[in-house]
Amino acid sequence: MNRTTRLAVAVLGVLALAFVSLFVGVSDVTPASLLGPDRAEAWNVLLVSRVPRTVAIILAGASMAVAGMIMQMLVRNRFVEPSTAGTVESATLGILVVTVLAPGVPLVGKMGVAMVFALAGTALFLRILRAVPLRSVLVVPLVGLMLGGVISAVTTFFAYRLDLMQSLASWTTGDFSGVLRGRYELLWISFVLTVVAYVAADRFTVAGMGPDVTTSLGLNHRRVVTLGLVIVSMVTAVVVVTVGIVPFLGLVVPNVVSLLVGDHMRRGVPWVVVLGAGFVLACDLLGRVVNQPYEIPTGVVVGVVGSALFLFLLLRRPARVA
Amino acid sequence: MSPETLAPVRPPAAGTAVTAAPDVVGAPRRRPRSRSATVLAVLSALTAAAVAAFLVLDAQGAWSFVLPFRGTKVATMILVGYAIAVSTVLFQTVTNNRILTPSVMGFDALYVLIQTTLVFGLGSARVAAIDPRLRYLVEVAVMVVLAGALYRWLFGGARRSLHLLVLVGIVFGVLFRSVAGLMQRLIDPNEFAVLQDTMLASFNAVDRSLLALSFVLVLAASVVAWRISHTFDVLALGRETAVNLGVDHDRIVRVVLVVVAVLVSVATALVGPVTFFGLLVANLAHVLVRTHRHRVVLPAAVLLGVLCLVGGQVVLERVLGLNSSISVVVEFLGGIAFLVLLLRGAAR
Repeated sequence: MNRTTRLAVAVLGVLALAFVSLFVGVSDVTPASLLGPDRAEAWNVLLVSRVPRTVAIILAGASMAVAGMIMQMLVRNRFVEPSTAGTVESATLGILVVTVLAPGVPLVGKMGVAMVFALAGTALFLRILRAVPLRSVLVVPLVGLMLGGVISAVTTFFAYRLDLMQSLASWTTGDFSGVLRGRYELLWISFVLTVVAYVAADRFTVAGMGPDVTTSLGLNHRRVVTLGLVIVSMVTAVVVVTVGIVPFLGLVVPNVVSLLVGDHMRRGVPWVVVLGAGFVLACDLLGRVVNQPYEIPTGVVVGVVGSALFLFLLLRRPARVA
Repeated sequence: MSPETLAPVRPPAAGTAVTAAPDVVGAPRRRPRSRSATVLAVLSALTAAAVAAFLVLDAQGAWSFVLPFRGTKVATMILVGYAIAVSTVLFQTVTNNRILTPSVMGFDALYVLIQTTLVFGLGSARVAAIDPRLRYLVEVAVMVVLAGALYRWLFGGARRSLHLLVLVGIVFGVLFRSVAGLMQRLIDPNEFAVLQDTMLASFNAVDRSLLALSFVLVLAASVVAWRISHTFDVLALGRETAVNLGVDHDRIVRVVLVVVAVLVSVATALVGPVTFFGLLVANLAHVLVRTHRHRVVLPAAVLLGVLCLVGGQVVLERVLGLNSSISVVVEFLGGIAFLVLLLRGAAR
């Protein structure tokens, strides 16, 4: 099988998962019922709940995975992604701040504030990284995880004082069960950003080689890095505001892709998009099926599978990592 | 229970046993000793003051109610501070570095997972029927076995880089917490309520029977640690040197790990997981006493642990008037301390 055929097979697999996702849930919607006597009701459930949910999963999964890939390119480290760089925690802090100071702001406004915070948090992370001599590739995710821990301690402190712990839990656990028509459309922003990332893919690859190489190849390093950071922060903000945190996705998927097709980013992006969407679809389906008629939030399932895969990646080839 | 009742089991009482350690014998010991004596004296005074302040400050109502009520809280904090400080210092000695702690390696998340698995596997009705003390003992026993296995797998065999170990430990913590979270959502809500009661024990709601049992467990662990305390300073020199100096390294490390696992279980069972507390306390102790001798470092860490918990709670509750949990503040400060350690290269 050549590359294109393999990619086509993967796309078909994701489409099949998406099809299954349309017909799994508490309310009984099957292809047959869409044509049967109660079809109005079935179509209603399908269009208001199932289709938006499936689209939201695909958009969030694909864009978070691409965001992780961009970060890995820019920092030149395989173990970085929005949730190991303080980005996600900063976005959460931003949502808390806007909820407390201006509760009436519409979702777009919340997203904007979350994005500004995410951008600031990620910039802080890069600043710290620049200040330290890096002895090992693993210091980078460690610094990011700790920075995230410190930021989320601040968030928890204020959320606890202001009785917002419960709202906080809804932003920090990725959950697609609340997705209905009219509540997920912001995610299309992340679709646009993913397309931009694909177009600019080669620039990120170059920028990852450092300021000197980038400049000598005729690119403005600073501008490319800023573009990458804005994309990552916006995607994170949109996803956290609409569905909550989906941990380790941006880390696991690009690593698996680089095992499959190597490190060529332009070639890798379609794979990252497809596998990211497929991974979240599979986890969401699992969460819906395992405990019927209740649901387990997707973020929890992704957390279990994602951290197990992360451990596997870490311990697989010690020589390469250490 | 007051700090005094704990004193006899503290390792410094084992002072005479430590003379075999090579770095204690020799000329330049006068100054560090007087310095550490001062530090320990100041810390003891501060800790006693904090405990007293916690017991009597802002007391309203009958003393016969206030003192036992607050006394239970203080006893819990002392026990937890002691358990976390000793387990962290010993774990750092055994693993030979300052940045690994049992919590960083995911041990307390493992304990929460064990608790959840028990309710998940047996069902809350059957779990509730078991004597809580028996359940506690079973959980601690399982914890000792699993923590030992995890340690053996990570540290035995091929040498791995320190950064890899820390990262793996943190991700293991995430994995354990996620699996526990998954199970908590799989069991039905009534069972979850039972589980939450057992899991989210804070300083304010501690079961007295568990407290007594915890005290016995900590005492037993301390006695075991005391009996091998003369080897700690040698262990800190590394495996090769320790073996050369005649210490049965593997056996001693096994014993120390059992002690650590028991202490971590006790602390987690009483107040829940606090990731960076041990790291903060152990490193502060090292900075303050500027020596590697465990007869100084261990009591300093214990005093600092109790001082941080009790004093921090006094400052938060009575002085600042906040009802936040001290653990959030500890996570914040501990996270920053961890970053600083990492950036300054203490992880070598």
